[in-house]
Amino acid sequence: MSLLRVENLSKEFGGVHAVEGLNYEIQPGAVHSIIGPNGAGKTTLLNMLTGVYIPSDGRIIFEEHDLTGLAPFEYAAHGIARTFQNLQVFFNMSALENVMVGRYLHERCGLASALLRFPRLARAERACRDEAAELMRYVGLQDYLSTASTAMPYGALKRLEIARALATQPRLILLDEPAAGLNPTEALDLDVLIGRLTERGITVVLVEHNMRLVMGVSDHILVLDYGRKLAEGAAAAVRNDPRVIEAYLGSSVASDGAAASAGSAASAASAASAASGGGQADLRGTSH
Amino acid sequence: MRQNFASPRVGGMVALALVIALLPVGLSNNYFYDVAILVGLNAIVCVGLNLLIGYAGQISLGHAGFYGLGAYGSAILSSRYGWPPLLSMLSATLVVAALAFVVGRPILRLKGHYLAMATLGLGVIIFMVIATEDKLTGGPDGMSVVAFKIGSFALREAQLWYWVVGALLLAAVWLALNLIDSPAGRALRALHGSEVGAEVLGIDAARHKLMVFVISAVFASVAGSLNAHFSGFITPSKVTFLHSIELVTMVVFGGMASTFGAVVGAAALTVLPQFLTVLKDYEMMVFGALMMGTMIFMPRGVVPSLARLFAPRRRPEGERKPGSEGAA
Ligand SMILES: Nc1ncnc2c1ncn2[C@@H]1O[C@H](COP(=O)(O)OP(=O)(O)OP(=O)(O)O)[C@@H](O)[C@H]1O
Ligand SMILES: [Mg+2]
Repeated sequence: MSLLRVENLSKEFGGVHAVEGLNYEIQPGAVHSIIGPNGAGKTTLLNMLTGVYIPSDGRIIFEEHDLTGLAPFEYAAHGIARTFQNLQVFFNMSALENVMVGRYLHERCGLASALLRFPRLARAERACRDEAAELMRYVGLQDYLSTASTAMPYGALKRLEIARALATQPRLILLDEPAAGLNPTEALDLDVLIGRLTERGITVVLVEHNMRLVMGVSDHILVLDYGRKLAEGAAAAVRNDPRVIEAYLGSSVASDGAAASAGSAASAASAASAASGGGQADLRGTSH
Repeated sequence: MRQNFASPRVGGMVALALVIALLPVGLSNNYFYDVAILVGLNAIVCVGLNLLIGYAGQISLGHAGFYGLGAYGSAILSSRYGWPPLLSMLSATLVVAALAFVVGRPILRLKGHYLAMATLGLGVIIFMVIATEDKLTGGPDGMSVVAFKIGSFALREAQLWYWVVGALLLAAVWLALNLIDSPAGRALRALHGSEVGAEVLGIDAARHKLMVFVISAVFASVAGSLNAHFSGFITPSKVTFLHSIELVTMVVFGGMASTFGAVVGAAALTVLPQFLTVLKDYEMMVFGALMMGTMIFMPRGVVPSLARLFAPRRRPEGERKPGSEGAA
């Protein structure tokens, strides 16, 4: 049985079909990557899977519950957490408090209890603080336990969002380009972290342009192009799919045929980009 | 619960309690008591308003309306209908809470300037109703209000009022500090930082905005009721748009997202004009210049700016960064 299933999912922005007629299933316990050129609709899909956008058409079924049309906070309550491509850190709070906010679903209390600070709440608050600190260590942020979020480097903020999402105790976590903007070593460390997430029993959806990361951690890959499913399947199969190569590298390379196997093309591109220090734009598509 | 006295929570509460306890030593006559009581009442409004503006990041340019409804509600029920003042005050508070709840729902969907316009409109409507319903409210001429009584015990002397308002201010600050440090308070601050970021963590942003809107309206209403009974006479001047602006200015001046900042802002902007009256014609100019200077040199408001000045020395390990991040 799938953990999450979307049926005929579509999102239209005034004539632009950002996602169109998508059928897709996510199996529990696996790492699912979603790749595709800029503007392919990856973020739009994640936004629908977390209630941030309401689909123009189709259904979203999570653990056999139809979540279509619910608000983001209801998706969170069902066990779906996410990070953002463009950071959504609470910069008015400390790093630790950011993660503590993630405990909201499990800590929330009545208004009277909050205003009068009942002893039970004071105890829960200490436990919440400890758990948040533990999560920060878990994602490798032990050096930032008493830092203002505004004083953290970009790579650390990306991890902070992961810790915050984990604090909700999700069953499904959606990571929107966690490696974007990281240097190559930081990006490589991410696959360790993602691997540990699955050990915790959390299913991972990874949207990423860094093909080395994607090929290293994915059990399953979905390729989007212009909002439609271009290909789908096991990592090795997808990387050799000629349609994928074409969408990514342009028809010239693909029709060249010479491009050996797509796999070597992909890793060559990612190695080149990693070497140039850019890190983030390994296989950034042809559209930009 | 044991807490460090140096923590802003406990330390600040103790400092505020000391100031309230020791201030009467310097209050030589009733006029000073009147000013001090006014400071306390404005501070209660600002502590509530700061929860909305400073912490939750939502603007209101209509809180003088809630203040006025509290004042006139309590005044009308007690002085026209003979209800006991305490019951009048509580009833007015309930009405204000209900109004804020009903009106807040649609209004708080708006953001930024639009929210400012909508709350401004709400304040103006309340002012118009109070100013025109002269049979009940006395219209622009105002109305007199009976003294605050609980049973046969009447609260008349300024000294007594001082202690009552002082205690209520401490209570308001304590409630606000508790709220901010609770899961609900963190939710408020989070939705200020990023609404979508808060929502995907399970926070119902609309519900939390509404909650803090109602709380801030209740604080304003209670302060308004007390002011009516204390001064014994009210006019619509405290219900005007100008007074709403004054309240917001106090919050910003003292420092947004700082509960003690709200108290300091209320104190500064209530006391300053009283002293500046010696400048006669130049009063408003000097007042305006002081405001501009403060905001230019302390853009975060008085209390947060001063706190930052002293903070780095207090926790040296806070800003430490691992060497490897330096290049990133
Ligand atoms: N809120 C919006 N309003 C209008 N158009 C939108 C909106 N969000 C996305 N789009 C459009 O939908 C399409 C898909 O965008 P989306 O952000 O989902 O792409 P993406 O695959 O995440 O790209 P990238 O790799 O650059 O992050 C784009 O054409 C984009 O302009
Ligand atoms: Mg995107």
